[in-house]
Amino acid sequence: MKKYTYYPGCSLEVSNKPYDASTKELFKALKLELEEVPDWNCCGATMYMNFDEHKAVYLAARNLAIAEKTGHDMAVPCSACFTVLQKAKKFMKAEEGLQDKINGMLKEEGLTYDGKVKIRNILEIIFNDVGTDIKTLVKRNLKDIKVACYYGCQLVRPKGTFDDTENPEKLDKLMSWCGASPVFFDAKTKCCGGMLMSTKEDVALKLVRDILYAAKESGADCMVTACPLCQINLEGYQTEIIKKFKEKLDIPILYFTQLAGYALGLDAKQLGINENFTDAKKTLAKAGGN
Amino acid sequence: MSKDNGKQKRIGVYVCHCGTNIAHTVNVNEVVEFAKKLPGVALVKDYKYMCSDPGQEMIKEDVKKENLTHIVVASCSPLMHEPTFRGAVKAAGLNEFMFQMANIREQCSWVSMDNARSTEKAKKLVAAAVKRVGNHEPLEFREVPVNPATLVVGGGIAGIEAALTIASSGKKVYLVEKSPTIGGHMAKFDKTFPTLDCAACILTPKMVSVAQNKNIELMSYSEVEDVKGYIGNFTVQIRKKARYVDVSKCTGCGLCEAICPVKNIPSEFEEMQGKRKAVYRPFPQAIPAAYVIDMATCKKCKACIKKCERGAINLDMKDEMVKVDVGNIIITTGYNTFNDKKYLERYGYGVYDNVYTSLEFERFTHASGPTNGKVVMKDGAEPKSVAILHCIGSRDTNANEHCSRVCCMYSMKLAHLIKEKTSAKVYEFYIDIRAFGKGYEEFYKRCLHEEVDFIRGKGAEVTRLAETAEEKGKLIVRFEDTLAAKVRRMPVDMVVLSVGLQPANDADKTAKVFSLSRSKDGFFLEKHPKLAPVSTASDGIYIAGCAQGPKDIPDTVAQANAAAAQALANIGKGKVVLEPITSSIDDTLCAGCKLCIGVCPYGAIEYNESKKVSEIIEAVCKGCGTCVAVCPSGAAKQRGYKDPQIYSEIEAILEKV
Amino acid sequence: MLNTKKQKELSKIISKEFEQLPEGEKLKECIQCGTCSGSCPVSFAMDYTPRQIIAMLRADMIEEVLKSDTVWICASCYLCGARCPAGINFTDFMYHLKRFGIKYGIGPKNKKAIKMAQDFGTVVSEHGRNFEAELIVRYNLRTNPFNFFKLIPLSIKMLLTNRMPFFPSKVKGAKYIRKVLKAKDAPRPAEKAEVAS
Repeated sequence: MKKYTYYPGCSLEVSNKPYDASTKELFKALKLELEEVPDWNCCGATMYMNFDEHKAVYLAARNLAIAEKTGHDMAVPCSACFTVLQKAKKFMKAEEGLQDKINGMLKEEGLTYDGKVKIRNILEIIFNDVGTDIKTLVKRNLKDIKVACYYGCQLVRPKGTFDDTENPEKLDKLMSWCGASPVFFDAKTKCCGGMLMSTKEDVALKLVRDILYAAKESGADCMVTACPLCQINLEGYQTEIIKKFKEKLDIPILYFTQLAGYALGLDAKQLGINENFTDAKKTLAKAGGN
Repeated sequence: MSKDNGKQKRIGVYVCHCGTNIAHTVNVNEVVEFAKKLPGVALVKDYKYMCSDPGQEMIKEDVKKENLTHIVVASCSPLMHEPTFRGAVKAAGLNEFMFQMANIREQCSWVSMDNARSTEKAKKLVAAAVKRVGNHEPLEFREVPVNPATLVVGGGIAGIEAALTIASSGKKVYLVEKSPTIGGHMAKFDKTFPTLDCAACILTPKMVSVAQNKNIELMSYSEVEDVKGYIGNFTVQIRKKARYVDVSKCTGCGLCEAICPVKNIPSEFEEMQGKRKAVYRPFPQAIPAAYVIDMATCKKCKACIKKCERGAINLDMKDEMVKVDVGNIIITTGYNTFNDKKYLERYGYGVYDNVYTSLEFERFTHASGPTNGKVVMKDGAEPKSVAILHCIGSRDTNANEHCSRVCCMYSMKLAHLIKEKTSAKVYEFYIDIRAFGKGYEEFYKRCLHEEVDFIRGKGAEVTRLAETAEEKGKLIVRFEDTLAAKVRRMPVDMVVLSVGLQPANDADKTAKVFSLSRSKDGFFLEKHPKLAPVSTASDGIYIAGCAQGPKDIPDTVAQANAAAAQALANIGKGKVVLEPITSSIDDTLCAGCKLCIGVCPYGAIEYNESKKVSEIIEAVCKGCGTCVAVCPSGAAKQRGYKDPQIYSEIEAILEKV
Repeated sequence: MLNTKKQKELSKIISKEFEQLPEGEKLKECIQCGTCSGSCPVSFAMDYTPRQIIAMLRADMIEEVLKSDTVWICASCYLCGARCPAGINFTDFMYHLKRFGIKYGIGPKNKKAIKMAQDFGTVVSEHGRNFEAELIVRYNLRTNPFNFFKLIPLSIKMLLTNRMPFFPSKVKGAKYIRKVLKAKDAPRPAEKAEVAS
């Protein structure tokens, strides 16, 4: 069984448990083993970079140093953590002397970073390591579920090493392998505002409105996401948005792991679907049995 | 004095003062006294200006009077005066290669303020030259005749012009064009800037001239596959692709096309916006005027054969290989527009309707195009607003870094045409306006008067996601109006992308066949960007038009004539003189490993299958020495740069003065 | 408020630091095309557009830049850098500007984003992980306590779905993390050279 070192990130711990739960259940069903990074810390997100570049790299590097020891690829579900960890790795490779400085910071705890760990996003892992084999595990027929695949901005930026930066298609492909019907969706990589929802709510609400509007235009039954910040922005404020913009923009939002898990026959409770803020019951009812 | 093969070496050394250029820093007398003591030296003189008439006369007299066998001149750079002194040595009756220069100016007196050290260096340089020249062998310049025929590759306006100019001198031209007709990109244009000449009106007469000119042999639907040889003597293999229609019999009556059942094939000439049949002619004024059958889509129903009254159709035609001999080659293979479809998706290309590249849109404004010259949207309605986005795929590290030079002007031309044919609002989203040519700035002013809305701000993206009622159903361009410092959204009906010019899609193949170097932007590399823009590193091979870099029609025609002039100069001379410092391969030492063939930048080495050794084609060899360096058995040697010659120089420099 | 002489001196120091950044060279290649602003999803809310920021930096208006709303509205979505024809990764510059702002205490009137960043830093230093409940409480107490009312609908949703984090998780290495984060800033190699001269 292929093994990965799992880095959940702060958002998945409690406030976005459904993503954590559905990821773990999905990986189990795909016969992929996840082992959590022991004593992991906050990656620093987009926030710590605002203070101090090198300390932000340290926060990320501490996790990389611990994960490295296991020898497995890292599996990162949160797009923001994924970008931050990759960025830290890139900075340490590019800037002369930085890796040594970071190792100096890690020394007291007895950790070292060798630059060898592979940081992978869970979408990419499933796409490349399972691929079309997932079709054989599908137990429910989702062909009547039209899904808008929302990648968010962090997953495919700064440059699309994982998928195309402007018009990615790996999530759409994965959803179609799971039997769902991805629709043409204009706002695939539009930023949801992330942390702006706390600091500049009116701006973030507009960004979220644009994404929900695009989803509605696309005729989708639901949207799937790959990032806990995106998920919470899209699902947590729909009432406010409808009130502010006077447009009917409610649509169920699921984690892609939840929809994929559902296709594979896992039940809604296992996948944390009942803990989402939007109600996906009507959408999932469209799924046929085996 | 020393002996060398029985004949005594008597070396004459001349140290030049060069006014004070050398004498100010180098102690010339010291160098003279030093040189007198060198082995083999029979005579040492110094003079103020060796390159002058008296200086050269001195050499000539001394050679005769003193029976000198070798000459060393310690003066300036060989680039300056090697030919001068070689001439003097030859006039004196010696072989001009029994001569060596020591550069004690550019590499000595001019780069030092330290007199003592410069003088020491000058001494060493003279010692090195003396020791080396003792190992020189007589060499002869060679002449080869020039074949008066010329090959022109590519039948666009550049190729047509070059062919016509050469043919008008009475010399033969082979014009090879890979598509079924000549005319190139210019044939697709409606009007040309800035005069708004109709492209067809100025192009088709030239195309007809090509067809009627007895000196031009037009090989259409053909491609060059192999080139061997050297300036004055190229042997070219050309594949004449099967047209399945006999050009000499076809009258272009069109009965075959009318009856052909295979329709709705996207037409390449119409930039895939129009349709053609399996048997087709790219456009009505095509030259040759004959039809061609696209075998990939032909159903072989033979309906066309039944209709053809001239019996011109033959579905069993095969490709034909033809060999021609020419003295010069002119490459005029043109360009392709930027066509990375994935990159263009952010502008809605291929995602939404009514987003076109400039070349596609050009076909709409063309009277013979897919919309008969009407500017309409996909649903047939006239657009009320059109956005033209500049710099798409140009000036961009994510696409092509270069500026494509003509897009600003053609964008303005398209804006003018839209204004002429519709009552639409036209917006030009630009970064800079490049209106460099004759009448170009005036044309820009004209467009301003016609109320074309020029907005300084590159179009960042195009979306259909409306934010207001006004935007619903429109294509929305998102940009920053940099002059007003405001991020804006512009809802329009149609978007035209001003795509840049880039090297032709098959430029790699062309470069390989003709051994052409490329510049950083991928276009073919000229010998010198200012002083030799149509020449290449390979003598006898010239480039002209957009094959060399993006340019407008006036510059293309100028370059075509420049290349023709270069070719005619060679033909006029009738012969080519070759430098003798070429390589040779000792076939007793050659192991046939072919390493040299792999590294030769000029394709000057061939493998002799029967003798199992490599052989140098002397006329192509430029004497770069790479084969000599790489040869593991020392079989490759270079005349004028043999081991004894080079080692003797090094030994002299390392000896204690 | 800094007096004019001090402002000018500070401006010089910051400009010099900015020039020393490894990406400082790339910034010179900006052709002011505006693609960054046109692509930026939040540029509609900024007082100065990203392109303007670069123009202002070239005009030595670094103080105005740091005082702008722009720097702190940036959501670091990277679209500007992905599309820039000159290949400038502008998001990283925005981070530099944010750091300069905090380091020299110059920021926009609306300091909410800075406060969020600072509170984030405090929470992560303490616990090693982002304990969201504490972060939200700290932040809103500092910025606008009345905001708690706005948060009620979301908080109820989170309570009902068992997604409300009540207690911080235990990171064993938290004390090491705290020590590193609280240590005085070590200068970059480039900065070291400046200080030495």
